[in-house]
Amino acid sequence: MPAETLADQMKAGLDAPICLTWELTYACNLACVHCLSSSGRRDPRELTTAEARAVIDELRAMQVFYVNIGGGEPMIRQDFFELVEHATTSGVGVKFSTNGAFIDAAKARRLAAMDYLDIQLSLDGADKATNDAVRGAGSYATVRRAMDHLAAAGFGPFKISVVVTRHNVAQLDAFTALAAGYGAQLRITRLRPAGRGAETWHALHPTHEQQVQVYRWLLDHGESVLTGDSFFHLNALGDPLPGLNLCGAGRVVCLIDPVGDVYACPFVIHDEFRAGSVRDPGGFAAVWRTSELFRSLREPTNPGACASCGSYDACQGGCMAAKFFTGLPLDGPDPECVSGHGAPLVAAVAAGSAPRPSMDHSKPVPVTLGRRRPLALQG
Amino acid sequence: MRGLLSEASTSLPAAELARALELHPQVAVRPEPFGALAYHYGNRRLVFLRHPDVVKVVEALADHADLAATLRACGVAEARWPGFVKALAQLERSEIIRAR
Repeated sequence: MPAETLADQMKAGLDAPICLTWELTYACNLACVHCLSSSGRRDPRELTTAEARAVIDELRAMQVFYVNIGGGEPMIRQDFFELVEHATTSGVGVKFSTNGAFIDAAKARRLAAMDYLDIQLSLDGADKATNDAVRGAGSYATVRRAMDHLAAAGFGPFKISVVVTRHNVAQLDAFTALAAGYGAQLRITRLRPAGRGAETWHALHPTHEQQVQVYRWLLDHGESVLTGDSFFHLNALGDPLPGLNLCGAGRVVCLIDPVGDVYACPFVIHDEFRAGSVRDPGGFAAVWRTSELFRSLREPTNPGACASCGSYDACQGGCMAAKFFTGLPLDGPDPECVSGHGAPLVAAVAAGSAPRPSMDHSKPVPVTLGRRRPLALQG
Repeated sequence: MRGLLSEASTSLPAAELARALELHPQVAVRPEPFGALAYHYGNRRLVFLRHPDVVKVVEALADHADLAATLRACGVAEARWPGFVKALAQLERSEIIRAR
């Protein structure tokens, strides 16, 4: 057997991503306060149908088993079904994330008839008030209606995807019950300070006590709940959670954004983490295999300021994106370091000095700002 | 991304060696530097095949009468067979391979 651990081999990068996230459009009917991609308005440079089909052909050639499609709201694209059908009939499975606004009874039946397709419905509160405070007025009713349509169409076990915030940690069991009621599967992921979330993270991210609560809950429920392996920073609390304990950025995952730019992961839409474009000569495969950024991410990481802490092997220093957008050095603790090494550093970052997301497709609607402000002040 | 697979030694049940197996028709195997990734399109399980010899055996299962013949044809020394039997049992539980 090779002496290296599997994690070491993963860190050195794979010939192709295990899965990748592909945001199909920046257009969105919602304006969630934590949107990773600051979505709202379509970008005129977005990939054409022909270009998107060519990306799928390339993914098939690289044997990427499945792609996580998101946005924006991906179902806004007129060619959404064409692209999904092209992928799934090519052997590239699709999991797509949606707010459910465009899933009516007929679309639910169409989705239910497709193979190799998973759906993740975004829900950030087990009740209307908690959800709508983050995702916008009416979004709870909308997504519940989509769930009802999918259940009625016999789609099978769709996924309910929850971003864990300080306002919904107490609802983890309620989410589980809701999922069970639909025969659905619960997926919970970590809140990142990316996109519009860079502003709202400080008020929304779970407290230290809540992080311990999430960790214990995951130890009890980890085998039945999906997490995208996004909580590995909690491993410093004790026994490791199930899943890959590493940052997969540029190693096993990456992001293709709506205009074809390739980033290290879905949480770092910023020039510093842009590896290239699917429109470059050589396409996506050349970016994955030869980009300088991805090569550097596959080098062994330096624990830096974390070296003197005994937990680095457990937590891997946490999430690169979380550090970057909170203004922390990448070779130091995560802002949510469970040993408490991150919080004082975040507090010491001068106001306005943390990097800003490179792009913003938010709709310039003052009403949205008015809805968002109270949340940001709750901190 | 569970089911990290590696060889491990155990006692050798003879009946296992006489079984006829095959790669599940809904599974794709993608070569990687460490071995391969196997993905089941039906149950969405992703499994790491952590040794090139495991990959070779999995892909050859359908071409031989039984597991013993497959292992022999792939040049796997008998001393390593217990590990392969255990690894393949795990793969069968994940439906990466199945009886034929």
